[in-house]
Amino acid sequence: MTEPINLEEGFQAKIDAELKIEPKDWMPDAYRKTLVRQISQHAHSEVVGMLPEGNWITRAPSLRRKAILLAKVQDEAGHGLYLYSAVETLGTSREKTIDDLLSGKAKYSSIFNYPTLTWADIGAIGWLVDGAAIMNQVMLCRTSYGPYARAMVRICKEESFHQRQGYEIMSVLSKGTEEQQAMAQDALDRWWWPSLMMFGPTDANSPHSAQSMKWKIKRQSNDELRQTFIDRTVQQAEVIGLTIPDPELKWNEGTKQYDWGTIDWTEFYDVVAGNGPCNKERSAARNKAHDEGEWVRNAAMAYAAKKAKQKAA
Amino acid sequence: MSENPNNWPLWEIFIQSKRGLEHKHVGSLHAADAQMAIENARDVYTRRQEGNSIWAVLADNLHSSRPEDAESFYDPADDKVYRHPTFYTMPEGAKYI
Amino acid sequence: MSMSNALFTYTLRRADDLLILSQRLGEWCGHGPVLEEDIALTNRTLDHLGEARNLLTYAGQVEGKGRSEDDLAYLRMEREFTNVKLVETPNGNYAHTLVRSFLFDAYHLPLMQALLESKDEQLAAIAGKAVKEATYHLRHSSEWLIRFGDGTEESHQRAQAALDAIWTYTGELFETDAVDAELVKAGIAPDIASIQEAWSKTVDAVLAEATLKRPEDGFMATGGRNGLHTEQMGFLLAEMQHVTRAYPGATW
Repeated sequence: MTEPINLEEGFQAKIDAELKIEPKDWMPDAYRKTLVRQISQHAHSEVVGMLPEGNWITRAPSLRRKAILLAKVQDEAGHGLYLYSAVETLGTSREKTIDDLLSGKAKYSSIFNYPTLTWADIGAIGWLVDGAAIMNQVMLCRTSYGPYARAMVRICKEESFHQRQGYEIMSVLSKGTEEQQAMAQDALDRWWWPSLMMFGPTDANSPHSAQSMKWKIKRQSNDELRQTFIDRTVQQAEVIGLTIPDPELKWNEGTKQYDWGTIDWTEFYDVVAGNGPCNKERSAARNKAHDEGEWVRNAAMAYAAKKAKQKAA
Repeated sequence: MSENPNNWPLWEIFIQSKRGLEHKHVGSLHAADAQMAIENARDVYTRRQEGNSIWAVLADNLHSSRPEDAESFYDPADDKVYRHPTFYTMPEGAKYI
Repeated sequence: MSMSNALFTYTLRRADDLLILSQRLGEWCGHGPVLEEDIALTNRTLDHLGEARNLLTYAGQVEGKGRSEDDLAYLRMEREFTNVKLVETPNGNYAHTLVRSFLFDAYHLPLMQALLESKDEQLAAIAGKAVKEATYHLRHSSEWLIRFGDGTEESHQRAQAALDAIWTYTGELFETDAVDAELVKAGIAPDIASIQEAWSKTVDAVLAEATLKRPEDGFMATGGRNGLHTEQMGFLLAEMQHVTRAYPGATW
């Protein structure tokens, strides 16, 4: 009854037919590994991403802004949680995934290794960093692995206010006092290039990209997404009267796209390698929360075990 | 599956979004016991009024069919068209049927 | 004291308790013991902040000088804040944070329940929303207290230590003065004795289940309602207010 089938070919056929891969389906080891690496990096980015923004919760300049920021940072915890859950469907426990973050073995988005220095940085992060993240996330709603795609759909739904609240902050600052305008421009100056780096290396230097595209984990290349982001964001900056810090930025009538300058890739690889302004602080903060939470987690388990025993008796 | 016995187990969460609808799987989370699982689900999965009722099932207690059984499980239903109302021819002019 | 003065002070006291508690709890966001609990705690923080905003806005209206929620939150000086000291105590470890919340929740819920009957429609309406939230908060903090008390030896010790350290701040919750007397007479505020009784009952029941010991009522801290705070309060306000104060008149 069973014909000899090539598992790998069958797998690729499903992908080509736009069928989702589900946890119990056969999948190549490399596909599983790529997903575990990518989804856990994504999860870590959400959780580490809480830190630079959380830095301003106690200092938000109005109660409305404070409530919005709390809700946003909380959403990121939720998104980390959804993504850790997606990793668990691949057979890797949250504990293991988080251990890799705490030990420094796992990476997260380098953008979160930059410091939030003024209130305007909260605006810039929402507008640019979330804006860039959303480009990626919208694409990932169609990724080939079912649980990842489903998590992304939920995340995209929730994220829709994140970028808007950031842009609103920037817009209000730009219409504010001279000092506020300067604060907004300074934040844009500092966050613009790191935001472009969020899309990853150029396609030419992105070794895993081709395979990920073939598996439909990724559906658009780094450079494509980056270009779309630029094309959209330049217009938004104009509307609120801010200047993109790129002297080479220029509309190209031929390509109907913006031409733009060059990313400082030395900085990019430096931060990835651990030499960003806040790499050590971020790692220390996550480790501290984990270590200081241990007795709390243990207490809950001990209590649950006691109660289960009493119930059984 | 967990390496450390102090790790909170994994729960699968099902939420009914509106009275009268079915409970739908929304994702999973960790909790020390059932009560905490339900409360965590409330905090994690109903922040935008998505919920009316929550089910939490310990992931270890959830059993799943195997993909390799798919053909023998589901294909035999292929040719049983008589299970569908459109299979039948009704006489012209009959109403409410 | 005129009635509107009393109502302003009474509303502001309720608002300040919630504002300062949410300011403290907000420090946890992103640093919680586990993701699920980080999210749960932030839900609580948002509830407190939302209630504080409603109360501050109302206090501003009662006062009639055109002060907004932000004016009241960001532009008052330390001596003008009327929260109890309990809520300004630093977070400490997670046991301290949740014991503090438990002792507050056990007071806040019956207070809001009683305010449902307030002759002041606005306060009654604010309480209507707050009661639902406070019911969940008390459930959340009670359950954690029980887990800590009856969990591991370490968690038991931490919870008991937190309880012993914080107990001195609970007396203030039940202090009354001329403001309360006037509003009780007018049917706007409840008699605090009934709230204290409900609080004490909840505390006894939860501590018993948690196998924790209720501390003796010794020296009780006082002063918060009249703007005399702990030394920590100035730092809390400096952090909360500094951006707003650095750019006078700016909108955000």
